Amino acid sequence: MTPPDGPSPMLLDMRDIQKRFAGIPALVDASLSVRSGEVHALIGQNGAGKSTLIKVLTGYHRKDAGQVLFEGKPFEVHSPHQAQVNGISTIYQEINLVPLRSVTENICLGRERRRHGLLDWNAMHTEAERLLSRFSIRIDVRRPLGEFNTATQQMVAIARAIGFSARLVVMDEPTSSLDEREVGVLFSVIRQLKAEGISVIFVSHKLDELYEVCDRVTIMRDGRTVRSAGMKEINKLELVAAMLGRDVAAVEGHATAFGERDRSRIGDAMFSARGLRAGQAVRNVSFDLRRGEIAGFAGLLGAGRTETARLVFGADRASAGEMTMEGAAYHPDRPADAIAAGMGFCTEDRKGEGIVPEMTVAENLTLALLPKISRNGVLDESRQREIVERFIRELGIKCSGPNQKVRELSGGNQQKVLLARWLAMNPKLLILDEPTRGIDVGAKGEIQRLIRGLADQGLGVLMISSELEEVIEGADRIFVLRDGVSVTELEAEAANEEEVLTAMAHGTSASSEAAT
Amino acid sequence: MTGLPRSYADRDAIARSFDLFGFLSRYGTVIALVLLVAFNLAFTRNFATMQTLNVNLTQVCTIVIVAVGMTLVIATGGIDLSVGSLMAISGALAPMIFMGKILPIGSIYLGVAAAMIVSVLVAGLLGLFNGWLVARFRIQPIVATLVLFIAGRGIAQVMTNGNLQTFRVPEFQWIGLARPLDIPAQVIIMAVIVAAAAWALRKTLFGRCILAVGGNEKASELAGIAVSKIKIAVYGISGLCAGLAGLIVIAINSSSDANLVGLGMELDAIAAVAVGGTLLSGGKATIIGSLLGALTIQLVRYTLLANGVPDAAALVVKAGIIALAVWLQQQHRG
Repeated sequence: MTPPDGPSPMLLDMRDIQKRFAGIPALVDASLSVRSGEVHALIGQNGAGKSTLIKVLTGYHRKDAGQVLFEGKPFEVHSPHQAQVNGISTIYQEINLVPLRSVTENICLGRERRRHGLLDWNAMHTEAERLLSRFSIRIDVRRPLGEFNTATQQMVAIARAIGFSARLVVMDEPTSSLDEREVGVLFSVIRQLKAEGISVIFVSHKLDELYEVCDRVTIMRDGRTVRSAGMKEINKLELVAAMLGRDVAAVEGHATAFGERDRSRIGDAMFSARGLRAGQAVRNVSFDLRRGEIAGFAGLLGAGRTETARLVFGADRASAGEMTMEGAAYHPDRPADAIAAGMGFCTEDRKGEGIVPEMTVAENLTLALLPKISRNGVLDESRQREIVERFIRELGIKCSGPNQKVRELSGGNQQKVLLARWLAMNPKLLILDEPTRGIDVGAKGEIQRLIRGLADQGLGVLMISSELEEVIEGADRIFVLRDGVSVTELEAEAANEEEVLTAMAHGTSASSEAAT
Repeated sequence: MTGLPRSYADRDAIARSFDLFGFLSRYGTVIALVLLVAFNLAFTRNFATMQTLNVNLTQVCTIVIVAVGMTLVIATGGIDLSVGSLMAISGALAPMIFMGKILPIGSIYLGVAAAMIVSVLVAGLLGLFNGWLVARFRIQPIVATLVLFIAGRGIAQVMTNGNLQTFRVPEFQWIGLARPLDIPAQVIIMAVIVAAAAWALRKTLFGRCILAVGGNEKASELAGIAVSKIKIAVYGISGLCAGLAGLIVIAINSSSDANLVGLGMELDAIAAVAVGGTLLSGGKATIIGSLLGALTIQLVRYTLLANGVPDAAALVVKAGIIALAVWLQQQHRG
């Protein structure tokens, strides 16, 4: 798209890259151009294809079609190691070095110095120190890498990349496990790389960081490159809108099946959380929920929505903050406490922490209910059958019967089983984390209608969704989270996409500013 | 487009062969057992006698009892290497109590009762210790139970100063020698334990929780199941089973040698569980399968011995059967 004009020549040019996995397209039409000495941001929602594109570049995946030019020549590598030798190094979120070996060994791994056939440790220690000193880092390179903090380990990974005379360094969410001071050190390293003419591809979900350190940005969505621009030419709102595929100006009609909300059904206060905090992910979150209300959590990836939900459900413990449930102080130590207080939690990770794949539909459906359907520790099988059959009927779970293995069901039907697991408990508050992710359109509509119907019967619902229309049309109130902080609260009737997007991008919205 | 029908045919073929594997992994043990019995009826002399049945059943009893506990542990995704050593501890402790070496007990009945209860409970407590290591400190089960696998036999040897304890106490030895209704006592004990465990695994809250924890620990935790308690409990039960098996072994032998009681039992029990069709990664378990697995391994050994093949060669065949069973499981899962 962009001809190689401007001050510096084009270092990397990936064009029209296509990649399918088992017939499912991951990259449809992806392009990425990086100039020499440029810090280039690559952003997009989950599943947009960023990682796949990076892995095609580093030889981890083979592309199906398209062209990659590196330094003007076609670039074809078949392994990350080959890419590294040819000047492209990748630094992953989880540092893939050897923690038990020394810093020197990690930096020199794969290109050890030898003298008279033996390893020349002195030369290698000197080289490691020299590489690290370029970033003003002075540590004992003889000590095991694992003794140093994450930020230092990352610097070691970068030094290792430079040692391979990298001309392009790919950083995949490098700041996600760093604190603010460490991020500052990383950024100064990035600026140093830039000054030496080394290019950086910077993958991150934290928008502020992009503006601080990047020169240009490429935005991906659904396997396509949707926009590429200089950081100065695009504002945060436009950035978020492009990631989510929203036109900032236009507001669409109904895109979900939630139906009309009946606000008269919303009752009195039930749950509240004030100043929740846990680690780096949740820094200050406050919200509340009334009977019969659907509260929506909106925010970008990494905003702390799932982490907050886990605190509420007792799956993780909050380090600070107050919660009340039905007027009483509420401090869950484990999920069982939350369940006893009348809560349910449908996880976003259906396979990892939702279903028990080897168990049947019936066994999965009654997993949380077990104590209630057993007498003296013996399961009441007729009660189990009765409950399971009722929910299969009411939720329209498509299965051959209660004894079918749950892993044989479609994603949508598995999700219904999980919903039924909690509905069978007759909960007061249900937390739904991405309730319609990865399921087909039909099942999606059914689940959305079901959620609305449950709220109308008085259930309080806390709904997390990365699909903006789901939050805007489904929720009665929207809490926007940004970098672990609940930045604003919007009445859904008054909210429009632009307001929510603005809050997700800047942390404030037009209406909340007007209100205060 | 010509490739399309072929790929469908391929998929059908794959589906059919998967069914075959599924069938074999479900009924393979039964089929193997039936084939073994048929082979012996045809070729082994004096096979169809009560004596042969009794020999095989008495030999397999201790393995089955330990395998029941092992099945529950494996169902949660764990493993218990300490069972053989726990047998040695219980086998060393019981004679010390009923022979009055710890403190003199006037009545032999009282002494035997105390010996049985205390030594089985001690093994159970050591099992709880295993579970505590696994649940509280998240130590990998194979490492956590290795502690007592190594230390347990040492403890038993220290307790007895490495001496062989011999005794002739019918009040105690009924557990391995009595034959009410012409059925060996330990066979009755085994049958009761197998029936109770099979029922508990299928019909009780506890059994369901065991399978849920093994099937998906995170999901179980989020569903409010007390994962740690379940894990601690299964290791405790495994310890109790091992303790009981230790008593039966010394009763049969009229002696207790801390070096030998339960030696290699952990591997026999794991083999029985694996051959029986319990998933070694957890979440799917069958007590009856473990019983059949133990019987199969026992019968293979008997068949080879009765037909003049030495015990050492029988070990190779045993290994082959285990490999085959695990392979079948893999095929079925893939």
